[in-house]
Parts: sequence; structure tokens; C-alpha cells
Amino acid sequence: MAKRKGEEAAGYRREDEGIQPPYLYPDYVATRLRAPKEPLIILPRTLSDTTGPAYGRGPVGELDDDLTRQHSGEPLGERIIVTGRVLDGDGRPVKSSLVEIWQANAAGRYTHRLDQHPAPLDPNFSGAGRCLTDGEGRYRFVTVKPGAYPWKNHLNAWRPAHIHFSLFGPAFRSRLITQMYFPGDPLFEQDPIFQSVRDEKARQRMISTFDLETTQPEWALGYRFDIVLEGREATPMENPR
Amino acid sequence: MSPEPTPSQTIGPFFHDALLDRNYSELVSLDHPERIRIEGTVYDGAGEIVTDAMVEIWQANRTGRYNHPADDREDLSLDEDFSGFGRSGTDAGGAFSFLTVKPAPVPGPGGELQAPHVMVSVFARGLLRRLVTRIYFPDEQEANAADPVLSSIEDQELRRTLIARDEGDALRFDIHLQGDGQTAFFEF
Repeated sequence: MAKRKGEEAAGYRREDEGIQPPYLYPDYVATRLRAPKEPLIILPRTLSDTTGPAYGRGPVGELDDDLTRQHSGEPLGERIIVTGRVLDGDGRPVKSSLVEIWQANAAGRYTHRLDQHPAPLDPNFSGAGRCLTDGEGRYRFVTVKPGAYPWKNHLNAWRPAHIHFSLFGPAFRSRLITQMYFPGDPLFEQDPIFQSVRDEKARQRMISTFDLETTQPEWALGYRFDIVLEGREATPMENPR
Repeated sequence: MSPEPTPSQTIGPFFHDALLDRNYSELVSLDHPERIRIEGTVYDGAGEIVTDAMVEIWQANRTGRYNHPADDREDLSLDEDFSGFGRSGTDAGGAFSFLTVKPAPVPGPGGELQAPHVMVSVFARGLLRRLVTRIYFPDEQEANAADPVLSSIEDQELRRTLIARDEGDALRFDIHLQGDGQTAFFEF
């Protein structure tokens, strides 16, 4: 069915189309007691949500975008460059906006104290990074490819390799936390978090692409991951005072 | 043609080192004359505390102005050192806390004023998307009654979940993700 512009403005249901995951997705066991059951209330568009944290001005350290240089030595693993553009719902670049990432090390272990997976920690890898997008909405991180890791959702459950991304975008409405996956991962089929996005094309948008242009000879493989945030930029007409 | 959005995925349990490496929960200094503390506990559908959630707030300042270019009402003063943004993890007791100031009313969808409120995002393992809610203030009965968002909620019990409770030294805003007394959540 064709979408009409007016339906979007009225907040049509991305979830119903399978573009966004539902709150309750029983295969992902943790959703069962955390998904709200009351229907969501449509929030009219006001300054409260067409504005948002100008968090992009927060302090970003010089080495925050290079996860391979945050310690005295280099981390083990496959060195990679992850880059892409952050766009708003109109396809315009989101400039000077904070991008935060976190990930497991090459062995599939997070530095987090609650990660009990018996894979080695890497003293040269913390797995946390941040940067600001440039004038074209572009971000770039140097890191190592994260390993897959087991979790207890179901028998023999393994998460496909992924990097967590946190983005603010231009407004409260555009706030997004997502995960970037790697092409061709054999674990996609059995991962309920990935599969919770029911639309095949939408799932593909969470998978980075190998990019030879980003790849640097004799040094690091390149992956490209563009991110499109929900919500269109408010015009003055939509912001009555 | 507009590009299609990137889907949301859960924050998972391991975000603390990346997202909470500094204290983002104090929007004003501890000795600010108009400081208020907002605190609460996050509960799941079994009534158990949620110890691995992250709560973010976004609000206008004391004059009702948002620190953002889209709010160009220059007749209202802007506190340059008040960003309006805060972030708190939940601790071993499921609790989060913010030190901030009470925002003034801001314009509503039809140009009328909205009652003072704070926008809230909740992230957690088991939430494939963030949950969005609002904190309203208990000493604003009249403004709350006229607020276009609050009054659009017909279920009184659900509406009441959006109004913080005055506990003297703090405002309490517990978040119930599911079940009895579930907090009202919004979508855009």
C-alpha cells in the first residue's frame, strides 16, 4: 500500500510495517517482562521533541575515535575502519552530532564486569569510542572487528558480531540506539534481536558493507555503515508559538 | 525521495563504559539555588527492579526556552551552561537520579502552553526501542489539567503515572515498564 505524506505526519506505525522492531518479541526473552502492554499514546509535535540535546558540543577526546590507540599497545584482532554518514529523515546530513559506539573485543568479550563469557579480555582494548560527525554528516572509527559471543536467551544462542551505535540527531525525536552488523554473518538466522526487525529490507539496513575504497592497503579493512534517523526537521510552520 | 530509517536495536547490558563514563546526571551544580532532585526506580512487569536501564532527560530551562537552534524565541533568556540534557544509569537498586531545575511552560501543538514537563527516554536490555515518557510536576495542578498532552489521555490512572510525587527533598518518578501501574509511554 502506498504511504501518504499525511500518514507519516500523523505518526504512522513503523512497527506495523516491520521497519522498527516491536516492544514485545517473545523470541527475545527479555522483552517479555519489559515490553509495555498499554497502547502507546501519540505525542503531538511540539518544541519539546523537535528540539533535542545539542550534545554534540560535549568533550570528545583526540583518541576517542581510534579504539586501537587507547592503550599502551595495540589490541589483537582484525583492524577495521568503520565509516558512514548520518542522515535525517529528509536525507540531509546530520552535522556536528555525537556518535557513541561500544563493542566486544576480537574474542567476543566486553570489558564490562557483568560479561562472564570465558573468552580473554584484551588489556589493550576497552571497546568504547565517540566522535562528532563532520559537515557532511560523516563519522569514522578505527577499531578491531568484534567477535561473536554466547548469551543465555536460548540453548546455544550466539550474538552475531556487532557494534552498538548511539546517535542523537537534530531533535529528541531522532534519538536512536542501534547495532551495526557485518555482511554474511552465519548467525543472523538464529538471532532474535536481529530478527525482531521483520522487514527484510530494514534488516539489511543494519548490515554494514565491505568497502574497498575505505580499506587501507597493508593496514585495515573498511566497512561502510550509513545511518538514517527518524523524523524530519521541523519547519517554523510546524512549530506554532 | 526520503531515505528509509535505520531500525532501532536494544542498548543491551554492556553500555556503561561507553555511555556513562562521566556524570551526566547533574544538569546544575549542587549549590544551585533552584535545584530540584528527580529520582525514581525502574520496575519490570513482575515488579522486579531493573538494574541495567539508562534514563535520559531533555527539558527547557527556567524561562521555558530549549537550548537548541529550533527554539529561536529570543525574548526568553538562555542559560548557556544549562544544556537541558541529562543521562543516568539505574544502580543496583534500580534507581536513577537527576539534579536539575524546574522548566517553565513551553508552547503546545496549537500554540497554547504546555504544563512544565521533562521529556524522558528509557533504554534497557529487553527494550528493542527506547520508551518515551514525560515527567510533570505535582505543584502544577491547574496547568496539568489544561495540558494538551495530559488531557489527551482518557485513562485517569494512566495519566497519573506522568505526574511526579513530592517527597519533600526530591520528586519521585518511578517507571513501570509493564503490568499494574504501567507508566504511560508515547510514540511519535
